[in-house]
Amino acid sequence: MNFTLKIWRQKDAKSQGAFETYKVENISADTSFLEMMDILNNDLIHKGEEPVAFDHDCREGICGMCSMHINGHAHGPSQAVTTCQMYMRKFQDGSTITIEPWRSAAFPVIRDLVVDRSAYDKILQAGGFISVRTNSVPDGNAIPIPKADADESMDAAACVGCGACAATCKNGSAMLFVAARVSSLAKLPQGKVEGARRAKAMVAKMDELGFGNCTNTGACQAQCPKSISIAHIARLNREFLAAKLKD
Amino acid sequence: MGCFLTNSSVGKKVVMSVSGCFLVLFILFHMAMNLTMLFSPEGYDMVCEFLGANWYALVGTVILAVGVLVHFVYAFILTIDNYRARGKQRYAVTVQEKGVSWASKNMLVLGIIVILGLGLHLVHFWSEMQLQEILGKTTTTVGGYEVHATSGAAIMMITFSKWYNVVLYLVWFAALWFHLTHGVWSMFQSVGAANDTWYPRLKLTSNVIATLVFLGFAAVVIFCYIQANETTIAELGATQIEDVKVFE
Amino acid sequence: MAYKLDAKTPAGELAQKWSNHKAAIKVVSPANKRKLDIIVVGTGLGGASAAASLGELGYNVKIFCISDSPRRAHSIAAQGGINAAKNYQNDNDSVYRLFYDTIKGGDYRAREANVYRLAEVSNLIIDQCVAQGVPFAREYGGLLANRSFGGAQVSRTFYARGQTGQQLLLGAYAALNKEIAAGSVKSYPRHEMLDVVIENGEACGIIARNLVTGEIERHGAHAVVIATGGYGNVFFLSTNAMASNGSAAFQCYRKGAGFANPCFTQIHPTCIPVHGTQQSKLTLMSESLRNDGRIWVPKKMEDVEAIRKGTKLPSDIAEEDRDYYLERRYPAFGNLVPRDVASRAAKERCDAGYGVNETGLAVFLDFKTAIERLGKETIKQRYGNLFDMYEEITDVNPYEQPMQIFPAVHYTMGGIWVDYNLMTTIPGLYAIGEANFSDHGANRLGASALMQGLADGYFVLPYTIGDYLAKKIQAPKVKTDTKAFDEAEAGVRARIERLFAIKGNQSVDDIHKRLGLIMWDNVGMARTKESLEKAIVEIQALRKEFYSDLKLVGNNESFNVELEKALRLEDFLELGELMARDALNREESCGGHFRSEHQTEDGEALRHDDKFAYAAVWEYKGIDNVPEMTIEPLEYEFVHRAQRNYKD
Repeated sequence: MNFTLKIWRQKDAKSQGAFETYKVENISADTSFLEMMDILNNDLIHKGEEPVAFDHDCREGICGMCSMHINGHAHGPSQAVTTCQMYMRKFQDGSTITIEPWRSAAFPVIRDLVVDRSAYDKILQAGGFISVRTNSVPDGNAIPIPKADADESMDAAACVGCGACAATCKNGSAMLFVAARVSSLAKLPQGKVEGARRAKAMVAKMDELGFGNCTNTGACQAQCPKSISIAHIARLNREFLAAKLKD
Repeated sequence: MGCFLTNSSVGKKVVMSVSGCFLVLFILFHMAMNLTMLFSPEGYDMVCEFLGANWYALVGTVILAVGVLVHFVYAFILTIDNYRARGKQRYAVTVQEKGVSWASKNMLVLGIIVILGLGLHLVHFWSEMQLQEILGKTTTTVGGYEVHATSGAAIMMITFSKWYNVVLYLVWFAALWFHLTHGVWSMFQSVGAANDTWYPRLKLTSNVIATLVFLGFAAVVIFCYIQANETTIAELGATQIEDVKVFE
Repeated sequence: MAYKLDAKTPAGELAQKWSNHKAAIKVVSPANKRKLDIIVVGTGLGGASAAASLGELGYNVKIFCISDSPRRAHSIAAQGGINAAKNYQNDNDSVYRLFYDTIKGGDYRAREANVYRLAEVSNLIIDQCVAQGVPFAREYGGLLANRSFGGAQVSRTFYARGQTGQQLLLGAYAALNKEIAAGSVKSYPRHEMLDVVIENGEACGIIARNLVTGEIERHGAHAVVIATGGYGNVFFLSTNAMASNGSAAFQCYRKGAGFANPCFTQIHPTCIPVHGTQQSKLTLMSESLRNDGRIWVPKKMEDVEAIRKGTKLPSDIAEEDRDYYLERRYPAFGNLVPRDVASRAAKERCDAGYGVNETGLAVFLDFKTAIERLGKETIKQRYGNLFDMYEEITDVNPYEQPMQIFPAVHYTMGGIWVDYNLMTTIPGLYAIGEANFSDHGANRLGASALMQGLADGYFVLPYTIGDYLAKKIQAPKVKTDTKAFDEAEAGVRARIERLFAIKGNQSVDDIHKRLGLIMWDNVGMARTKESLEKAIVEIQALRKEFYSDLKLVGNNESFNVELEKALRLEDFLELGELMARDALNREESCGGHFRSEHQTEDGEALRHDDKFAYAAVWEYKGIDNVPEMTIEPLEYEFVHRAQRNYKD
């Protein structure tokens, strides 16, 4: 298969970026999208040009590192997969593919397709944890947790922190990411203890870092590689309101 | 606790939700009121008289105006916030995601159409009715007719005898339909009263409410358009004051 | 100058050793902890749990990771689960049984005391993770669920869907975030350690490169902990993440830390086979699939050829024409034999010509019987996400046609030598998790890697490091303007400049792929004296080529992924040779190390306990010099070594 690639190139955070057009040829349909990028990069290196910088690591859809906006879709046109799990057979032979970095004020571009997602770390540092010390805990079976609650907590905990939600949201809102963490812990008895503090602190940090407001479009859930439901956003809203009304 | 409604993203959405909820209830009430027209224009006039410039109607109007204002101002604040959050560099290619409604991404535009329609509506009706009463008048002039300020039926009939008004109102109702299909379930979501089991139900409810509102209002407008002629208008107590040929 | 290795194994009864040791080692008072700095490199299960626990204790901790967030570490990709001797299933599990299974699974090449400690703290890990909010799978009664894994006859694996590693890492990462918020831990993401600094024979800091700006930074500390995982990517193709590397561990080795058993590599039997030459990594299909999947190849060569040509579908092959070779060879464990055994059996069939794809390097993993027995819905519930992933990658629907699988490099049991305190041969330098030579001997059992990473980080290192740091309470802050730091930084800069100066024609990947092939063909699943000698010669030649023909674009002062890769490849080119040397030295077969010359009549691994019951610890002697080996004898006081038997 042959493709024309329109890729965003930007030297560093301060430079002005622009699209560059490249051609890749004889790509097998079984090649993954990132392998196609590897092939392009190897060609560029042989030509003495700098390869396209992009984040990637595990290449099995779990580390959350890869982050490309492909033809208008966060992680590409397939549903419920990360960029690394996209295969070239999903694209039409001979087509033009536009590849952009995440665009969001809170995710500044570092280089080419690489963005700075440390804002997500900062939100979690604000309260995305349960304050227990190592070794000062009860037996694992001391608190029975209904299976349905544990399952729902796991649904939310599947978040890989890739940033697709904020990147795809027309409002640049990080609500799905924040909600996934708040909701996952709120569904567990051990997480409820500091639930109110957590919801308030994480929302405050999210707002402070310049993420937008959720307007319930559901685009985040549609593009989330782990299909995390906006029902978790509803739970976050609930947790937050309950906490604020108690103040 | 007051501040979280103004300084937190979730709080701001709660304000949108609550003010929106209030407006939806008002619209439903207004629609129910309008429907009287279909069965009994006289009955409709009675309602109009009841809701004239009485203290309770006036208080209601002020509250309503505040509701609209809050919803409107917050919509702009949120939109500006969100535009900033999106960053200076926009995507070159964007798509409509699967399962994401067009309305949900265009609520501001739809809202602006609704507000413009509201302005038109206020000029057409409120300014001829409650405002006149507030100004101490009992009659007003609409489309070459002199009518009593509480004679809503006649004013409606005269206004919707014009095809362009009918079209403008239908566009307005259509925008409202889209706005409500997203707005109604969204107000539950924003206060956290939703989950995966209830999404289908809430979205169905949204569509039902939006469609009822559309049909209810549109039916009355179309009814008036069809019914309007010199006789019917005269029967509703309007008197022609100018020698204008209203009906060819 | 050979090492004087002292494993510091405590005396006494097996079950009392850890308690006795804890009672004997020194502790540091809270006031003094505040004065002590610790650097932790790597933020996977080991690094994150260690940093969080050390921060809680009051030490000043700095953490470094190469990815953009500590949460990306490759521990996150572990699918199956984590073992613990809770005996919640009432199937007569115990600390001793977990210890015994691990020792046996490792083919009796691990230290008894370490493994026992691992089994002992395994239960604490589960408690800790539950308290952190890890959503482990539960039964309807609300209590924790378990499943079975290879190499064990009890059900002791705790899991969170197919994402156990992710959930455990997010738990450790949350603990880390708590400490970052509290100010006791400072995080340096997108930073790569390029050297460890040694002063007066003790570790006192690191040189790190800021991967965004290219800045070379100095960081001093009273102790340095290496938690950077394994070096499986020396093979280029492996199940490891793309950025996983052996460089931090290799810098320690270069600076004098002993490297133990580098040849012990685990080849995982159920990975999606290689296709073409452009593949970047291999995808693991969880070991849990072997609970219901049956592994086979056709009995008749004509069927093999027909399948390769596409004239026959695998589902067309009649039951009697299928060779379920694991069930045939190992009736007792069947498809659930340990990983090394399953991998070798697949290789044996493919070597005999029965491989089922164009490359001849694949066998079938078939769910036909299970679907007939349990129904498609049940199989979907159990493995739905894995089946979807397989179809996404291969475009074959595994509900209708069997999966094709082949072994791939997965884990490295070898690593930096550590004593019972997890300290390397360099005082003040520690290694934990997969980075050390570990508790897994010559083969790791499924669901034990997570256990070891967290055991080291939460429950072992925070205590044992105190024993060393107690001597440092009078020590001032480590100064980074010393000669040792100057030299280390100059060394790093020279290394980078040298690579840019080569200006050759081959990209990093070009050379890395060639190294991978040499390793896979000669130091892979089966090794011989000839193949290993050949590998050493070829790697040396490739290294020369690297230094004369590498093409490196860009510069140091920017975000330059190629430079990062080149530096890691440079280390792999030495590490690969070290692995081959170690494999050459170990003239026996054990666990993941299979020397074809040493096998039983049935083709099973043949150990020589009389000669090789030791850990081989290598000492760096310069890039082109043969390293020196020191032996740490492995004495078994409590377990009787036997030939591993999974047949009956």
